[in-house]
Amino acid sequence: MSDIKTRLHHMFRWHRINAFFWNFMRSVLVIGICFLILYPLFIKTTTAFMEERDMYDVTVTNIPKHLTLSNFRLAFMLMDYGRAFLNSVLLSTMVSVLQLASCTLTAYGFARYKFPGRDLMFGLVILVLIVPPQTISIPMFMSFRYFNPLGFLSTGFRGINLLDSLWPYAFIAATAMGLKNGLYIYIIRQVFRGMPKSLEESAFVDGAGHFKIFYKIMLPGAIPIMTTTFLFSFVWQWTDGFYAGVLLKSLVILPKSLGSLSRALGMWLGRELGTQMVISPALTSQVNNAGTLIMVLPLLVIYLFAQKSFVESIDRSGIVG
Amino acid sequence: MFAKYKSMGLSHKKNMVGYAFISPFLLGFFLFFLRPLIQSIIFSFNDLTVTPEGLQYEFIGWEHYSYSFLVDPEFRQILIQSIVDMLTNVPIIIIFSFFAATLLNQSFKGRFLARAIFFLPVILASGIIGQIEQNDAILQMMKNPADDAANLGLMTFDIEDLLRNSRVPPQFAEYVILAIDRIYQVINDSGVQILIFLAGLQSIPSSLFEAAKVEGATAWEGFWKITFPMVSPLILVNMIYSIIDSFTKSDNELMEFIHNKAFVLANFGYASALSWIYMGVIVGMLIVIGLFYRKRVFYHE
Repeated sequence: MSDIKTRLHHMFRWHRINAFFWNFMRSVLVIGICFLILYPLFIKTTTAFMEERDMYDVTVTNIPKHLTLSNFRLAFMLMDYGRAFLNSVLLSTMVSVLQLASCTLTAYGFARYKFPGRDLMFGLVILVLIVPPQTISIPMFMSFRYFNPLGFLSTGFRGINLLDSLWPYAFIAATAMGLKNGLYIYIIRQVFRGMPKSLEESAFVDGAGHFKIFYKIMLPGAIPIMTTTFLFSFVWQWTDGFYAGVLLKSLVILPKSLGSLSRALGMWLGRELGTQMVISPALTSQVNNAGTLIMVLPLLVIYLFAQKSFVESIDRSGIVG
Repeated sequence: MFAKYKSMGLSHKKNMVGYAFISPFLLGFFLFFLRPLIQSIIFSFNDLTVTPEGLQYEFIGWEHYSYSFLVDPEFRQILIQSIVDMLTNVPIIIIFSFFAATLLNQSFKGRFLARAIFFLPVILASGIIGQIEQNDAILQMMKNPADDAANLGLMTFDIEDLLRNSRVPPQFAEYVILAIDRIYQVINDSGVQILIFLAGLQSIPSSLFEAAKVEGATAWEGFWKITFPMVSPLILVNMIYSIIDSFTKSDNELMEFIHNKAFVLANFGYASALSWIYMGVIVGMLIVIGLFYRKRVFYHE
């Protein structure tokens, strides 16, 4: 009897040591990975607040000796931040609302209706997902440069130049062709597919129309995944430099002005000092860091408040099924 | 007879409603996807010049394609490099994101915070931000702790030594070293994959584990016999996502090369041909992986 007792006691102790060991290992790993992710952000923040001479000072590691806001002031001015920010808010909001609408409708159609050619058409969604936007960027540029949707009807008409406006974005987003829209359609479809058929049928018996069923019964259940999609598309649109590079020239939005910040800095310094000199890479890096920070700050605020929607709702979306 | 007619009418109507729901996508597909796609094929067989009257085409057949492989000094090299990069990165990303998802799926103090941080790269490394970071030499030097000889660099060096002198096959050791060196990039590229794995892990009914425990299975066996087979379809999903993600990213060197050819040198025809070659390679790879994987996945249904 006592033998069993001591053995149990041993087992229990062994179990606890084991558990402690695993806990410890896990903490080390989790903290280590978190460190790797946060460290660059930390570096960006500290160098953005430094004066340039601190960058060359070997006694300065991480914590600035001479605090300054001048990098932020430079970045703010050279990025044309006020205008770029407003344009970006307008663009990202418009694009993500339109994308959400078009992707949700499309996903619902694919999930709840069985029409001839459905699987083939869903194959087209996958095709859109696979073809990189770069492949079609050149003709896309051309087609918006000489925009003429009925091109085959009118031969003399050369088309309107829609570049440098928000119209191309609106067209692309409203027809579910934007950035990663294939992915959104796929994810939302999975959620609609998971909803019970009986819901739909009983409403149908009660005399509800197709759109009413979609709007009143199905849509509320998809709100979490729609929130997630909205946030994703907002964030990815906010930082997208690719479409901006193809479609916009003089209209400033944040990713574009951040992308050309180092060039703008060089030109500004040349003007101010009156000489063509080589700009120090340290200063360029600092101003770039400041620019990056003021660009992601709104996103971090959104993330802070909507973190649950970002992470948790995908967990429950049944993306797996 | 009548009933059949009526039901046909109903299903016909239902079909129309279905098409109506997906009409935004269909419209966009034909206007803003298929048309540019076909145009870019045509471009790739032509020499294009931009004139005041619009585009001038000059048909040259396969010349762009043969030029890219036989003459262009850079293209072949960059193509091979980017494919090799992808083939090395994707397995590391898959393994890391699976590992991270398993970690985050356990319950421990501060899990909420850890999740928030693990997922931060989806925001912080996306689009132009990642691109700026990649191009900033100073930042690269400062931010990568693995390069900093003073502290962590020493550690990776030790691990490298340890691996090289141990009895694991040298190729494997080299791969692990490579993975350690790239860990920062891998973490940045793994956000969405972690989420997908996490979703998969949470969808496994806990009753399976309980039953296994009653039968006397250890946690290790549970992992290999339950967890792994249950999420194996997601490995394919993540693999496809990672491949597509890696070659549509704008800091992809080959994409930059193509973009440069098109929008800086205005050589639209040649750039189109290059992007078609690249796409062909990727689609080929996806098909091979899909076929290879199809036989090995466990489907729950």
